[in-house]
Amino acid sequence: MTIKLGVPSKGRLMEKTFEWFAARGITLQRTGSEREYAGAVEGIDGVSLILLSAGEIPRELAAGRIHLGVTGTDLVQEKLALWDQLVAPVEELAFGHADLIIAVPQAWVDVDTLDDLDAAASAFRDKHGFRLRIATKYHRLVREFLRSTGVADYALVDSQGATEGTIKNETAEAIADITSSGETLRANHLKILSDGLILRSQATLWRSRMADMDDADRATMTALLAGLS
Amino acid sequence: MATRSEILAKAASLRALFEAQGAAVVEPPILQPAETLLDLYGEDIRARAYVTSDAMRGEQMLRPDYTLPVVQMHMAHGADPARYTYAGEVFRRQERDPNRANEYIQAGYEVFDRGDPAAADAEVFALIHGALDGLPVTAVTGDIGILMAAVAGLDTSASRKAALMRHIWRPRRFRALLDRYAGKTPMPASRAALLANDGAITAPLIGLRSLDEIETRIAALRADAAEPALSRTQVSLLLALLDVRETMPNAISQLHDLAVDMPAISDAVDRVAAREKALAARGVDTENLMFEASFGRVSMEYYDGFVFGFRAATRPDLPTIATGGRYDALTRRLGQGGEIPAVGGVMRPGLMLELEAGQ
Repeated sequence: MTIKLGVPSKGRLMEKTFEWFAARGITLQRTGSEREYAGAVEGIDGVSLILLSAGEIPRELAAGRIHLGVTGTDLVQEKLALWDQLVAPVEELAFGHADLIIAVPQAWVDVDTLDDLDAAASAFRDKHGFRLRIATKYHRLVREFLRSTGVADYALVDSQGATEGTIKNETAEAIADITSSGETLRANHLKILSDGLILRSQATLWRSRMADMDDADRATMTALLAGLS
Repeated sequence: MATRSEILAKAASLRALFEAQGAAVVEPPILQPAETLLDLYGEDIRARAYVTSDAMRGEQMLRPDYTLPVVQMHMAHGADPARYTYAGEVFRRQERDPNRANEYIQAGYEVFDRGDPAAADAEVFALIHGALDGLPVTAVTGDIGILMAAVAGLDTSASRKAALMRHIWRPRRFRALLDRYAGKTPMPASRAALLANDGAITAPLIGLRSLDEIETRIAALRADAAEPALSRTQVSLLLALLDVRETMPNAISQLHDLAVDMPAISDAVDRVAAREKALAARGVDTENLMFEASFGRVSMEYYDGFVFGFRAATRPDLPTIATGGRYDALTRRLGQGGEIPAVGGVMRPGLMLELEAGQ
């Protein structure tokens, strides 16, 4: 058997992950054609590279089909119930920083805190006859956060992309999304609630608690982790 | 573990017991229109119920409980008074704990009766209590109506009372609001700044929430800032009320004491006392029955009076074996102009069999 390492299959996340491992003496690379998701590992034996969409890596870790995987804290916590029983963080990789936040129009000068959002949601529902809509793709995290902080009278609406535009398009009144610099938010005349930080996320190397290993795998894992820390 | 057919047989025997009390058997559909449930419970219900959809009827939910369809059915064409019973599956989506069942059998009893509410409360409780006879369970009772009366009686603005009332079921925000109204926590800096300037809006106005709504809220915030702080006495009375946790006779005497300084709760306390008598008349040992003023605050929002629950004394890991309460306001919300006092309770035969097997 081999230790299977899952890495995002494209883009900046893949490149930065490759760089991070290279700096620790392990060369990861894609093999074959541009379109083929095959990879090779040099610098350690017994490790194979699996290229996957970052969004699928949490599920693969939880199912034990990969032993290690690189993906964001946000995706792990959104997609896995009881995530800490299924996976364990090994290293934070210090890139892919993103905060999951709640944002509202800048013009809402009366709304700066969750307490304000809750009061505005109540008044909005009275006036419009439906709940204040928050557009997001992080349903579970946002719902848990708003429940624990006691915000009521909102509804989550699904938005898988261009979430910042939903308010202008009047399909939502507020959004919950990830942001790194806040530039897109500002460009869309939105502001972050002062206590609206749901989660700080960054690219993280995770270890599956569910994947089977034989003695050789365990030795490989120990050697690999020793070289990474 | 009991088999499914054993659980269904147990549920059928409970339903027969309720039927013998004069209840009509009802079988609401498993698929329920999502809109009513969402309107009542908001986003919380999405975390708890399975949603499905088709192109014609839109979103449907696998029934998360029976009470709502039974109330709708009764309000549409029920007899008056009426008693109903049912047994069957309910479905609960689980997001956090994989050990909790996502599908289980419930048997229940609901009473719609304009007559003596204390007697109806006692009827439901005593029936369920009797059906659990011999099992190691402990009962807790409470009354959301007392809390609502206490909030309604506070010497403060209508908008503050409405905000507290809205969050009775969210103890954390309720407490935060109370602390701010009492002047214990300062106004957030952003709000102080907003009220200090003219609240000019420089950013472009986007979205459905209008300038008028923003200005209305600023005016409300200004009015609230001018409102005197809630007195320390009132806050400590309210907190003392929330802390009442005693056997029924002791709780009632504590509540009577509190009512001297909080006359607004007097009627609600009298209702608890009347209920105690009705329960005793039905043979319930009220001397040892617990009453907790905070009981029921974190569960479903529709209870607005009597609430009760039976937990397994020897198995704290098990969910509540039976629960119920009074939901007069729900009949008003779903009644399209009509309303009727209503109280009911549900039992989980699967858990009952598990408890029996463990004895």
